[in-house]
Amino acid sequence: MTSSTPRSHSEDLWSETLKPGEHWSGILRRGTSLRITALEPRANVAALMYNYESLPERYNLADTLKAQHTAFLTVGCACYSDMGRILCSITADSCGWHDTICGLSDAAMVAAKFGASRFQEQRNDYFKNGRDSMLNELGKYGLGKRDLIANINFFSRVTADDAGALHFDEQHCHAGHYVELRFEMHTLLVLSTCPHPLDPDTQYHPRPVALRAWFSGPAPREDPCRQRCEENARGFRNTEMMFLA
Amino acid sequence: MTKSSSNAERKAARGEPAAIIRDETVAAGEPWMATVATGQMLRIVDLEGNQAVDTLFYNANDTEERYSAVDTIRGQRGIYLTTGSALRSNLGATMLTIVEDTCGRHDTLGGACSAESNTVRYALDKRYMHSCRDNFLLALGHHDFGLGKRDLPSNINFFMNVPVTPKGGLEFADGISAPGRYVQLRAQMDVLVLISNCPQLNNPCNAYNPTPIQILIWAAG
Repeated sequence: MTSSTPRSHSEDLWSETLKPGEHWSGILRRGTSLRITALEPRANVAALMYNYESLPERYNLADTLKAQHTAFLTVGCACYSDMGRILCSITADSCGWHDTICGLSDAAMVAAKFGASRFQEQRNDYFKNGRDSMLNELGKYGLGKRDLIANINFFSRVTADDAGALHFDEQHCHAGHYVELRFEMHTLLVLSTCPHPLDPDTQYHPRPVALRAWFSGPAPREDPCRQRCEENARGFRNTEMMFLA
Repeated sequence: MTKSSSNAERKAARGEPAAIIRDETVAAGEPWMATVATGQMLRIVDLEGNQAVDTLFYNANDTEERYSAVDTIRGQRGIYLTTGSALRSNLGATMLTIVEDTCGRHDTLGGACSAESNTVRYALDKRYMHSCRDNFLLALGHHDFGLGKRDLPSNINFFMNVPVTPKGGLEFADGISAPGRYVQLRAQMDVLVLISNCPQLNNPCNAYNPTPIQILIWAAG
């Protein structure tokens, strides 16, 4: 879809598969690209992002939406931190819409929707929830409840009608849909594959996703994300100031 | 922050309870903090109309629990705040509920302005302008709650109009508030209130003219 995508897996830095309901965290250096692929329909990947060199700098929902006059994310969008800089940009997207306003599931919601579930009976198939999954990963970096910020929900589409009421699109994500993130700063990325909190499915049914990372280099001078709007040109400029030697 | 006779007159005209705990006017562009106890009422009055009031809430007894825009949106399955909205925390609890609203719609997607986001949204040379995040940081910096930039999640913008279209467009539109319109909240837990009376001059959120607000707290009968 873009020239940054490697032609063969031999160029991969690494690849992994996340099991249904798994949570994950890792460091994506500036210039690394990550493809997230839905391996089954109706996947959801909740994501949090922090500047790995200064963790108080983190993804900012409002600044991301305001700068780009959008209520959702897709190809060409930049994911902004609270410091007027760009954590990553979306360089490819076969899905077309990623939610960032609906947050995470939590233990009470999962218990109410799907019933009680615990490790003792179900071993590693016990029902996970988004908030606890994030707290699990955040704790590994000295982060916690204070750092539970508004997240992205990749592969999920939720629209607002004229009255502001939300509608979850059950047909949105297909098997094989992917999104590519190009990291513009060293980023702590935290993921959970728990179902979207507004997914009306009455069964607990998280889906697996594949991760694949390669070195793409940071945004070139001529770049659709940089050139999407004047705001993004300034956001990239602010980001690049951190990396001038 | 001084009480004015006009505040008292307005209060009398509305038949508010006598046991007012706080009745203060916050000048345009100023921060403000207070604690509201469980069951108490908090009213914010848009004195001159179309004034964005950037607001965050913390559990006064455990400040790691704080207002969460996405939990609030998810909880009510809607993006706008008005009468009946439960303002939820990052732990999913209802912190306050909106019990009266003469404006009709409030935003929680637009966030707070900052020097850094101003450079992105408007121009690099707008960095010097006063912003809500500077107000938040200054207010937190002057108090001993141990709170700082990590503790500034997406906030509420009372009286601000940020319509989202079914196709996913988002813009800052002219306000729908007017002089004297107010929003009233009942605290469901002891909350610390952090407000920035927004100084933004680069978009229509304050009608390009930031103005004062009035804040009332009283014990509900």
